[in-house]
Amino acid sequence: MKPSQPSDDWIGMTAVVELDIPARPEFLGLARLIATAAAAQEPVFSEDRLDDLRLAVSEVCTNAMEADLAAEELRSGRASRGMAGHIRVQCLVEGGRIEVEVRDEGTGFDPAGLLPDTEALHPRQTDSDRGLGIPLVRILTDEVDFRPGPDGTAVRMVLYAVSPATPSLP
Amino acid sequence: MIDLGLDVSERDGWTILAVSGEVDVATAPRLREVLIDLVNKGQHRIVVDLGGVDFLDSTGLGVLVGALKRVRTHDGELALVCAEPRILKIFEITGLTKVFPMYRSADEAVAAE
Repeated sequence: MKPSQPSDDWIGMTAVVELDIPARPEFLGLARLIATAAAAQEPVFSEDRLDDLRLAVSEVCTNAMEADLAAEELRSGRASRGMAGHIRVQCLVEGGRIEVEVRDEGTGFDPAGLLPDTEALHPRQTDSDRGLGIPLVRILTDEVDFRPGPDGTAVRMVLYAVSPATPSLP
Repeated sequence: MIDLGLDVSERDGWTILAVSGEVDVATAPRLREVLIDLVNKGQHRIVVDLGGVDFLDSTGLGVLVGALKRVRTHDGELALVCAEPRILKIFEITGLTKVFPMYRSADEAVAAE
């Protein structure tokens, strides 16, 4: 239940929302919806910050779905939509911030192998049609870390309700 | 099935593709398909009107960048219509406002060229 007035009591609450979805594109909208709705329980999140969260969750879950698909291809030699793995999205809302962890069942990747954001988002580079997702996540969130492992990758990101202005890269 | 509206019309030598709904990994393949189809039919001056788009992520950006490259190989043009601040912001932070000609309305896009 959402109170009509923000109160100190309410801002002090802790809420955990968990979602387990098949690693398939048609479930991506649901992940965005749930994470954004969880944050919106804290009345301190502005529409702008909720937009940032919605986009960041979409990017991370898309990567998770692709990782899962790639792992499935490795295991079976071909992708089988009927055997999609799962993605777990866990949201922790407390004290004017939301922490979202997205865990997939893929084979992991090396975040160190990515271009630095200033390179990845340079117009010269954005002439490519892939690889924009993680640089975007780094810009939209206040904290993000990637923990690749043999049984999947966990991405943890934090957004504060009040954040410095989103930087624009050259 | 997630709703993605794709409406094609012609105006002053331009093909206008009006997109509505959410563009992500679930719906982007349909957008890509329509854009490839337009280019294959010889329509190389395209305005993609994002006025009805509620959400767009990097998968959608990738499709638009791919279409831009495709029309350019035919000496064509691809312009975007986007007035909604939440969608415009994604183009701004990725630097793509410098890659695409961007207009606030389809009228403006068609008149500008």
